[in-house]
Amino acid sequence: MSTMNEAEVRAEVREWLAANWDPDMPLVEWRGRLADSGWGMPQWPKEWYGRGLPMALARVVEEELAAVGAVGVAKSGVRLLAAATILEHGSDLHKKRYLRRILTGEDTWCQFFSEPGSGSDLAGATTRAELKGDFWIVNGQKVWTTSAHHADHGMLLARTDWDAPKHEGLSYFIIDVKQPGVDVQPLRQMNGHASFNQVFFTDAKVPKENLVGRVGEGWKVAMTTLAHERRGADGLPPPPKRGTRIGRIHAEERAEAEKANQPYEWYPQRAGRVDLIIDRAKETGTNKDPVVRQEIAKLMTLAKCAEWTARRARAAQRQGRPQGPEGSLGKLAASHVARACARVHTLMTGTAAMLTGPESPREGIIAEILVSVPAVSIAGGTDEIQRNIIAERVLELPKEPRFDTGPFRNVRRN
Amino acid sequence: MSIANESTSEPKRRIQFAFTDEQEQFRTALRRFLNDRSPTTEVRRLMATETGYDPAVWRQLSDELALPGIHVPEQYGGAGFGMVELGIVMEELGRSLLCAPYFSTAVLAANAILNAGTETQKAALLPDLASGARLATLAIAEPDGDWNPAAIATVAAPAGDGYRLDGVKSYVVDGHIADLLIVAARAPKTSGLEGLALFTLAADASGVKRRQLAAMDPTRKIAQIEFSGAQASLLGNFNDGAKAIERTLDQAVIALANEMAGGAQTMLDSAVNYAKMRVQFGRTIGSFQAIKHKLADLLLEVELAKSAAYHAAQAAAANDPEWPALASLAKAATSETYMHAAAECIQIHGGIGFTWDNDTHLWFKRAKSSEVFLGQPSYHRELLMQRWGV
Repeated sequence: MSTMNEAEVRAEVREWLAANWDPDMPLVEWRGRLADSGWGMPQWPKEWYGRGLPMALARVVEEELAAVGAVGVAKSGVRLLAAATILEHGSDLHKKRYLRRILTGEDTWCQFFSEPGSGSDLAGATTRAELKGDFWIVNGQKVWTTSAHHADHGMLLARTDWDAPKHEGLSYFIIDVKQPGVDVQPLRQMNGHASFNQVFFTDAKVPKENLVGRVGEGWKVAMTTLAHERRGADGLPPPPKRGTRIGRIHAEERAEAEKANQPYEWYPQRAGRVDLIIDRAKETGTNKDPVVRQEIAKLMTLAKCAEWTARRARAAQRQGRPQGPEGSLGKLAASHVARACARVHTLMTGTAAMLTGPESPREGIIAEILVSVPAVSIAGGTDEIQRNIIAERVLELPKEPRFDTGPFRNVRRN
Repeated sequence: MSIANESTSEPKRRIQFAFTDEQEQFRTALRRFLNDRSPTTEVRRLMATETGYDPAVWRQLSDELALPGIHVPEQYGGAGFGMVELGIVMEELGRSLLCAPYFSTAVLAANAILNAGTETQKAALLPDLASGARLATLAIAEPDGDWNPAAIATVAAPAGDGYRLDGVKSYVVDGHIADLLIVAARAPKTSGLEGLALFTLAADASGVKRRQLAAMDPTRKIAQIEFSGAQASLLGNFNDGAKAIERTLDQAVIALANEMAGGAQTMLDSAVNYAKMRVQFGRTIGSFQAIKHKLADLLLEVELAKSAAYHAAQAAAANDPEWPALASLAKAATSETYMHAAAECIQIHGGIGFTWDNDTHLWFKRAKSSEVFLGQPSYHRELLMQRWGV
């Protein structure tokens, strides 16, 4: 850990920015410079594009970059999950080969974890990898892969030992997506968008050295990726940048953000759009209906309580108190809010809820809410899995008996 | 969100989302006291008595913990804290179901005097309430059970240097034991929120007839009080009467919401403990998803309800203009959660949960009576909509 204090950090970043920041530089060139300086990811280790600063000082660096309008390193999509996993479990070769190109934005990444046969039960993956000579040969199918059609590399969880118990037969690989054995197909959702892909592997090749961690340690490595995913706000990407800054570098960054955010266009609707409720009540005149008023009040109470509970968890954390149960409930609360929101939107919209598209209420936004909220209680851990986690980890209730022990070969599966 | 509401002259500060270390220590001390003094054996003993409380415990919580005046300014003999600390007291009382005339004396009466009284009246009346020496209560609702002050029918007509009260008050908490009565009444020939004011009189004054009602919740005694030409004094004035009554009710609602959050937590804890202990089909029932998921949902609900109760208390303490709306929000949220938690606690206990010997029904009855006391959830949701200007 560095021993620099805040003032020293600010002074040094400012000096470096004064000497290096130029909005007319090509984006990749600038980010390369930023990555090499260690100011792009100051919380990373010094040897690997960082400065070994604590998070609080990393935020200070971010403020300094923002103050001069400097573009940061690439952070969109799952690239930082890949980077965090490589930093923790990868070899020096992986770090050398991938980290810098992640930060410059030259490479895009995706995550091959979920499968048609293993959703909630991620460790039940059946995509197989077999070592033949210098390559692991991969066969199987992954699903719910965001941005696979843009991706250069994927983080792959695959089964390498069928005689080991479920969690011990998995290994973790870095796979090149752009190769003949990898077929990426868009996966169309019930709301018409295709934000994800399904990916078919037919004798796809992974060079031996692209194993991350040891054979059979894939689950442990995947846990690192997932922990970082959970730490990021519910896997949601940062809001699209709508900056209007002039300069080549800003234009390139905007184009990149647009592409990266395209899968998430409908995400606000997925959450139910509680922000529209009161306005919709007034514009539809349903604010005069006592039944609707009750329903709105119930919904707003739920939404407010969820917001305050999250703030309560953050405030306790800031005071250095151990996290109470309120910290584990956000996901489940959000799915209740979204569902309640869709119900109230329907109630207020009435028969027009039969419509969709530009001529429907709010140019189709309401319809999109109605057909998008079912995702919230599934994506990133279903409500049922959340309840298991809450019951077992917070309330310390006993686990259900298991039926998936022993050699994976003998475990019942889809 | 645009929320129109009167704000008082005190400056607004930011609403806090965490308790301070001092507040947490206060809670810990209080919980220890209540665990010691109000086990369910004591609750059961006291709920069967006519007065419904133990004067020795009341003395102790007044002398040692200064609870009745926790939120009363020091110049009137109180501890000088505010709504947040009062909320903590209420939450802990709700948890332990202490049988004591706290809600009546500290929450209803003391706040009514603080909100309506003149300087002289506050100085004369509050020290005895804050010290626990005198018990008091506030009579608002009437036999029709309407909590909207506009529905008050009791009349206060000028008589001598005071007023004579005529009417019937009901659902008066601890009305059977209070020494001092504070009564909401209206000037003759007025209606709605016009002409409302608060009046004080000794409970043993002539023209006052008190009758304890058979309360479904035996841990919170209620009375009906008839006034037939009883002589009373005006508390404050007529101009601000309705405002003082509304403010007092909103504060009471926040206190009750915190009490209910505490009760709901007890129900959750009890259900979880039982689920870990009870064995059926060769497994603890807490290992069944049917039970686990129910309890996970209940935990979420209880935490959400606590957030509502805490937030309303913090908003009132910060004098945020939105606090009356948040009081209604908290009342609706916590009363439904408490009721649900109590019902699920019985369900998870199964047959034993429906017996008199099991303690769950003590909280179930408090939950049911609190659900409707000071206005039921639908009433407060409508108030919330009005207060938010929807």
